[in-house]
Parts: sequence; C-alpha cells; structure tokens
Amino acid sequence: APGLVPAMESADGAVRTLPSIGRLSRGPAFGRAHGRFGLSPSGRLLPPAPRSQENADPQRTAFLLRKQWTLYSVTPLYRFSDARLRDYARLLSAFIAAEKQKGLAVEVGVELDIKVSVSSLPDLKGSDQDQAAILVQLSSRSAASSKNSEEKLIWSGWFCCVSGDDLSENVPEDFTCLPLFLANGGESYTSIVGSWFQKTFDCRFRRLAISPLNLSWMAAMWTGCKVDKTASAMELVFSVPCLPQPLNISYAIHPEDAKALWDTVQKTPGEITQEEVDVFMDCLYSHFHRHFKIHLSATKLVKVSTAIASAHCDGIIKFLQSQYLTGVLMLLTELAISQIQ
Amino acid sequence: MQRRQSSKTPKQPLQIHHKNQTDLSAWRKGGRIDPEKSVQNHQSPTNQKSDSKQDSLEQALSYFEKVQDRVSLKKNNVLQKHLTTVESIALQRGLPPEGFDVLLNVALSGKLADTVNTRLLKSLVPASVIPETSVVSSVSWLCVSKCSGNIQLLFLRWLITVFDFIDHKEQLHALYGFFFSFLQDEKMCPYVCHLLYLLTRKESVKPFRIRRLLDLQAKMGMQSHLQALLSLYKLFCPELVTITLPGKMKTYFKNYEGPWKAAINAIRRRNQEDSPVLQPLFLGTAQPQSRKRKWNTQLIIPASSTNKNNLEEDREKNRVDLYSTNESLPVEQLQTFSQLLQNIHHLEFPSQMGSVLTNPLLLHYMNCTKDESIYLRLYYWMGQTLQEECTWCVADNNQYEEEFKDFLETVYKTECFLQEGFSSCEEFLYKSLPLWDGFCCRSQILRLVSWIPLSSFSEMKSHLYDPLAQLFFTSSLYFKCSVLESLKELLQNWLNWHVIHLDSESDSQVHSSNTTLSGLVNVVAELIHFVGWISTVALRLENNPTFLLYFILDFYETVCDMYLRYNLPLLIMPPAGVFYPALLSMDSVSLNQLCYIMYRYRTNLVAAKENELSKTKLLQFKFSSQTYQEYNQYIIAMVGCLWTSSAFQKDIHPQGLRMDDELLKKTTVQEFKTSFNIVYHPAMMGYALLFLQQAWPDDTTFNFSLIKGKKWNWYLEYLYAQGLKGLKVFIESSINRVSQASHSKAGNVQV
Repeated sequence: APGLVPAMESADGAVRTLPSIGRLSRGPAFGRAHGRFGLSPSGRLLPPAPRSQENADPQRTAFLLRKQWTLYSVTPLYRFSDARLRDYARLLSAFIAAEKQKGLAVEVGVELDIKVSVSSLPDLKGSDQDQAAILVQLSSRSAASSKNSEEKLIWSGWFCCVSGDDLSENVPEDFTCLPLFLANGGESYTSIVGSWFQKTFDCRFRRLAISPLNLSWMAAMWTGCKVDKTASAMELVFSVPCLPQPLNISYAIHPEDAKALWDTVQKTPGEITQEEVDVFMDCLYSHFHRHFKIHLSATKLVKVSTAIASAHCDGIIKFLQSQYLTGVLMLLTELAISQIQ
Repeated sequence: MQRRQSSKTPKQPLQIHHKNQTDLSAWRKGGRIDPEKSVQNHQSPTNQKSDSKQDSLEQALSYFEKVQDRVSLKKNNVLQKHLTTVESIALQRGLPPEGFDVLLNVALSGKLADTVNTRLLKSLVPASVIPETSVVSSVSWLCVSKCSGNIQLLFLRWLITVFDFIDHKEQLHALYGFFFSFLQDEKMCPYVCHLLYLLTRKESVKPFRIRRLLDLQAKMGMQSHLQALLSLYKLFCPELVTITLPGKMKTYFKNYEGPWKAAINAIRRRNQEDSPVLQPLFLGTAQPQSRKRKWNTQLIIPASSTNKNNLEEDREKNRVDLYSTNESLPVEQLQTFSQLLQNIHHLEFPSQMGSVLTNPLLLHYMNCTKDESIYLRLYYWMGQTLQEECTWCVADNNQYEEEFKDFLETVYKTECFLQEGFSSCEEFLYKSLPLWDGFCCRSQILRLVSWIPLSSFSEMKSHLYDPLAQLFFTSSLYFKCSVLESLKELLQNWLNWHVIHLDSESDSQVHSSNTTLSGLVNVVAELIHFVGWISTVALRLENNPTFLLYFILDFYETVCDMYLRYNLPLLIMPPAGVFYPALLSMDSVSLNQLCYIMYRYRTNLVAAKENELSKTKLLQFKFSSQTYQEYNQYIIAMVGCLWTSSAFQKDIHPQGLRMDDELLKKTTVQEFKTSFNIVYHPAMMGYALLFLQQAWPDDTTFNFSLIKGKKWNWYLEYLYAQGLKGLKVFIESSINRVSQASHSKAGNVQV
C-alpha cells in the first residue's frame, strides 16, 4: 500500500544466538551450572578402587566405622585455616563453656570441663584438590576421674570433602570447601559446635536427607563392591505411606544373590547409570511382588543396609568397611554439594 | 551498642535508636512534646490516638511524681485514672525509659497502699531499655525498708526478669555487696541468689562471700539457689571453693517470669511488626528460643557482630587474631551514616554476612565494595535459609509462614535497596515455584520475581515462565493482575540495569560481564512475548475485564518506550488479542491508555527510523520489518475505528475487524460504519452524551450526528478537557497531519 513504511530487512534474526548474558546480580554464576537443582546426574563413576594399598592406613580411620553419623551439608568456610586448628580448639572450648553457663538451667559442674580437640584427618581425601578432613572431638573429664585424667569421648564430628572438585574449583581462595559434616553424639553439642563454626566462618549447616532415589543408588553401588569376609545380608527397608500406623517392610537379600543380579544388570564396569539402577531395583521389586503380591514401587525406600555401609533417608549413615569409606564419602559429598548449590 | 543515657536531664538532645520506638523516645519527663516532631514520628493512622495516650501517660507520671501522702485508691478517682493509664499503656506499648524512675520511686517509697504499689510494679514493662540509675535509686529505697516485704520480693522478681533490659550494669555491679547483704533475709534469699547469679563476675568472688554462703548453707540446708551461686563461684574460682557440689542440677531457680515476660514478648513482637525492616534489630540475640524445632532450623537473621567476642575470651592467652582485624571498627558500633563515611577505610564486615540484611549502613557499604566474597557469603547463607525455611517445600514448616513472609519481605527490601537481585533468591524461586500453590506468601514471592536477574531464555522458560503460566491460568483475576504487575517490574529492572550498564561501560571502557546486546534483546523479547501470550489468554478467560486490561496496558506502556527511554533497540507490538480488546473496550480508560501507547510506539519508531537513516548510534540494529508492519496495521485499524469510520473496510490485520458489508447488514445495525468512532464508540458515548447536553441543552433527542464539522473539533477539545490526554497525543500525532492528505493514507507513519 502506498505510504506504508517500507520495512527494513530484519537484522536481528541473525544475531539471536548469544544467550550468554551478564547478570543483574553479583554472586556466583556457577551455581546453576551444577546439579540442575538437585537432580541426580544420569550416570556416576564407581568409587575408585579401595585405597588400602596407598599410604592411607585403615587403622587411622577405623574409629569412624560402626558408628551412627548424622549428616549435614556445610557451605564453604570463610577464612578457615588449617594452620590454626589448635587456636580453634581453644576458642571453641571457651565458646562451649560460655554457652553452658548462659541461662540458668544448664548443667553446671561436671560437664563444664570439656576438652576440645580439633585435628586433621589427611587420609580422607579423594583428590589432591580436596581439603583434608577436620575432626572435632569433645571429651569430658568427670570430677571423679579427673585425677587419673581419664577422658571420655562424648561427641565427635568431622568435616570432609571427597572429590568435591565441583565446588572447590569454583570458590575463591578465602573459602575452604568441606561440604559434608558428620556428627555423632548429643544434638546439643552438635548445635553448639555448629553455631560456633557458623559464627566464626560464616558458613551454614543444614541437615542432609537422602532421597529414596539416592538410596537406591547406594543399594546398587554397594551391591557391586567386593567384600572379603562373609558378608551380611543386604537389607532394604520400605515404609508404606498413607497408613494410620507406620508400617515398614524389610526386604533382606543374600549378598551373593544381589551381586549376581547386579552383575547381569551392569553393562560398563566402573560406571553406573540411572537406567541400570532402575533395572536393578525393578528386578528386586518384581521378585518381591511374585512372592508377596506387594508393589514395593508404591512404597518409599527409607533404609539401605549392606556390608559396605547403611544409610537412612533421614540422613544417618554408618560405615562398615574402611576400604570403601572414601567411596561412600564421595557420594555423600556429591549429595552435600548439590544441597548447597 | 551505646544505649541512651538516662534522661535525668530533660534538655538533652534526643537520640533515636529504634525507629519503632521513636514516639516513646520523644517523650520527655515533665516536658512537652514538640507537636511537629511527634507528628513526624508517627506514621500510623492512629496518630492522634497515640498522641493522646502519650499525653495521658505524661499526666499520670507527673501525678505520680508529685503524689505526697498516702492516698486511698478507693476514694481517689484521680489516682485510679492515672493508675489505669499506666497499666494500659504499659501492656500495650511498654513504658519509655524515663518512666521507670518515677514509678519505681513511688512504688518503693511506701507512700501509697500496697495494692497500688503492686499494680505499679506489675506494669513496669520496658518498651526499650531501663535506665540503670532508676534501678540504683530503687535499690536505695530497698535498703531503707520503706516498703513492705511483699513489695520487696516483687521488686526483686521484676529485676530478675528485666535484667537484660537494663542499659548499663556497672553501677549495679558496684552494689553487689548490698545485694549480698540481703541474703540473710530468709524470704528474699532465693531471689537475691538469682540476682547475684546474674550479676556475678569473676572479681565478685571473694573468700568472705564464699564463707558466708557456706554458713548459710549450713544453716538452711542444701538449697538449690545457694548451690547455684556456689557452683558459679566455683566455676570462676575453683581454687577457692573446694566443696563438692552435686554434678547435675537441671533447674536452680524457679521461673520468676511473673506478669512481665508475656507483656515484654508481646510488645517486642508488635514492635517488630510495626517496623518491617532496616533497623538494627536485636533479632539474633533475643529471638525466643522456645520452639521445639531441630537445631539450626530457626529463621534467625544473625546480629551484626565482629569476631571480637572470640578474641576477647582469649585475651589472657596469646591473643589469637582470627581475621587480622587490627584497627578495624567493630560493626556493632556503627550507628550513623557519618560514622560510616569516617570509618569506611577500616571497616570489617560482620562475621556473619546475613546480618547486613537488617543493617542499612552495612548495605550502603556493601553497595560500594567490590569484594566478591561478600556476595558469596551472603549467597550461601541466604540460599540455605530460603530453602530450609520455605513453607511449601519443607513439610511441617507451614506454621511458620508469617516468619517466612517477614524474611522474604526483608530480602525483597534489601534487593530494592541494592537495586540488584540475589542469585540465591533466583535459584530459590526456580526450585520452589513449581511446587508453589500461588497462595502462600503470594505478594512476597511475586515481588521477588521482579528481581530475577537476566539469564538465558531456556532457563527462564522452564524455571519461571512455565510454572508461572500454570498458576496464572488457574488462579483468580487478582492473581493474574499481580503476576502482570511483577513482570512489568521485572522488565523495568532489566531495562534499568541495561541503561546503567551502558553508562558505566562508556565511563570506564571495562566490560565487566560478557553481556551482549543481542543476548539482552533476546531475553527481553522473550519476556514480552510471554506476557503477550498470557495476556491474550487471560483476556479471553476472564472476558476482558477493564481491571485486567489496565495491568496489561500498563506493561505495554513500558514496552512501547524501550527504544527511547531505555536505549534498547527493541520494540514489540502487543498481540492482536490485547490490541483489539483494548480498542473495542467499553471503558474510556483502556482506550485512552491504548491511544497513549500507540502514540509512544509511533514516537519510538520514528526516532528509530531517523537514526537508521542518519546512520548514527545503534547502527547495527534495525527493527524488524514485522514491527513496522504490525504497527501500520494497528494504526489503520485504529484510525479507521475512531476517526474515519472505515475500520470494517480498511483493517488489514488478519485477526482484525474487516467484515463484508453483506455480513454487517445482517446485524441490522443501521449506522455500522460509524459505530466505533470517537462519538459512537461504547467507551466514548458517555462523553458524547454529556457534550450534547452541554452544547444543546434544550435538545433531548440525543442526535449524535450533530457532532461534525466545527462541532467535531469542539467535541475533541471537550474530550481533551475531560482528561483524555492519551487520545489527544494520539490524534495530534497520528491523525491530524494525515487526515489532510486523504483518508486512504490514514495513520501511516510518515518518515
């Protein structure tokens, strides 16, 4: 039509290819590049070969075994220094004493002389980039036994990072990445120690629950691991939802049977995919259904116990084999990192 | 934090520390309140009410200050009145620091009956702090035993409960011996023990006191309150207290909270509500800890503090300097903006970055510092807190919705203050929006949406647009409008960011982020297309309500001006599903708004064309031919409707109004051609009617066809005078010039 503006040829069609955008905010840009908001990756590498041949001495980490550890994720510690562990122990013990005096209903007296030790656990590492694990122990000298200086361990907790490169590669120097924290002992102590770390290193602790999906990963991964001794049965505990009373179903499988099943499922040695985990669990479910006519897929997996370790969905873990300790920690580190980012 | 000294000197300038307490701080003992000042300070609609309350409190206090003899409560109405005033104000807002001196003096002097004294003591609820001097003088009353034993006990219970509210404690510590001497009173002993327990420092522990306590214990037997004090002494000086004390004792002292605790908590809660954010809160240290939640799952914004605490504890040993903070100013001492400016070179951020949220001075500082670690610390803290506290993502959290709302509000206000979004907040939205019911914390969430940083579209679509669209289509009209509002703000924030970014780029030549203009254009375009799409659907779903149309057109008021106002080489026309409902709207507001928008589109397009031709800046970008085409189609339809009465023939938009005459005749509307011009348009007919009434007051036939020729121009002037400015600028820019040429060219952009 005459008079209408002759439109220029569009130029912007050609340049619509650059989605890399500056951000309206400061802050880490890496957060979203990882983990896709907590979704599991579609495949994982198996834990590296047991490190017992290397310089790691299984004796030095043996005390971590056969204890229930409550899991927490911890954001990177700001201005934490390996060289000052002794100072930290002193400050922390002062803090604990102060916390215990505060208010009136605290237990004054015996438990006040609590000894704090903060030390490094260099064995618990996956890669060279990993920060050495940090162990915090509280022990008490009861009034009666103070003369013979008998100390009783009342609480312990440790920070660790096994193959946490995803996180540590992306934070500036001032930060120390120890994303996984494990605590054993009274929650009141966890609370005090955690508060001190939060205040001192501006980090944040958060309970780390394990989703049923990740539990099934653990079931599959741990089934494939070789154990020397006669292994105990693999046990899966399921809880049935929507019932007035809680109902748990325990499903125990002979470890060799489970291993045989897993070997038929796994295609590439050293690598596991989500699909393989699904197939493995489906096989277990259909076997169960054949016998009991119960669809376990409709229930919630709450606990996995194997000879390697046992894990509860509430975020409680027990390590049973020192040679697979770092392997299990690697997976837990990954879960902790995905909760942080 | 430096508290205000007691106000014994009434002329002393008033410092205001807590905004929520300004009205109380402004109150002066025995003085007048500057009426202007008090009006300024009050921001609530209950100004007058609280003013009058203040007056009556003043009167009551000056009464109690002067009261001389024993006055009987039953017979004295004045006393009754003032007592009730004090009681009700104390319960509602707490008493100002200045009130304590007067009331403690009268209550402990024994001038009045015990019933009055009891009621006075019970109403000693602090609004902010209690001046130490008033406590000291009341201790002197206690020593002269003018008041009865019951009042003494009540006073001690009060002192224990409000101990933390006393502004200084140095002089109180000096009275340690006096308190200690009260131990011999059997009735007072438990309370005095408790008080001493609170007061005791290492230097208070003396051998003679230990002996005294042991004597008492021998006399009275094992009493838990004595043991408490002894064990504290032993804690400080284990070498002096050699006796063995039972190890575990859960409670040493009974709960003496009495009538005050609940009132104090209620007032604090109310004060926090009144002052949503941005004041040095005492949140972190004084949060009620009663809730039975797992450790660390409470929403506490940490208080600003440096790590000095830790350092001081270690002073005696070889001082550990955690952060090497030599010479730095502790942030908790930071009170004023000028202080901030003076100390800005040696300021240390607080040990927990989360505390900046409640500290506007630190936010200022944060705004001008380049240290990335600050943002990273805040990022981690906020990300974890948001996820953990989210009331719809975490089971059993829903009873804490109010708390979470407050937190989101605080975060939003901080974002507004800093004029930038937090990436932790963005991630939280992406994670939680798919699970959101669209109801919980609605306004807070939608406001946070407006601060989502720019990012590439694939993410925005799946994380923001998709979940938002689902909620949008299934929720109420009001929700739809709120979403449109927040998306408009999102767009404006992006555009503002772009403008500032352009400026700083030309300033420093440093390209800090890898922004490309085309990337930005893409993202903005996607947002606008998304809004166009949901608007179209919403107008159909809701049957074109004016309310909704207003929010939609409001969005396009920003869109139509992006080129000129924000220097962004992008213009996108509204979809037909928005344009036609607005053009044919029953409401003149929408039509007027549309006219204004089309006028701005024209101005922007003309400017763009001129820039293209003169080959100046922004050369590489040209608007797509489609934009011009769409604009032309719309303008033809609009001019055809409103002016030339030819829309049914001339409209060439595929979704437009073009209709065959045959079809139109079937409607049996007689003058269908003119039915949408500025006289007959349903949105305009009301104006036409009023105009007719004014122009031909005697004519009652409502002959609209009279409006033509010269009258047409009068009618236009009339419309402009009625406030239809959008219509005015539209007609003046897009019609008058063209209409002279011929109707065939109506409304085309002539460049």
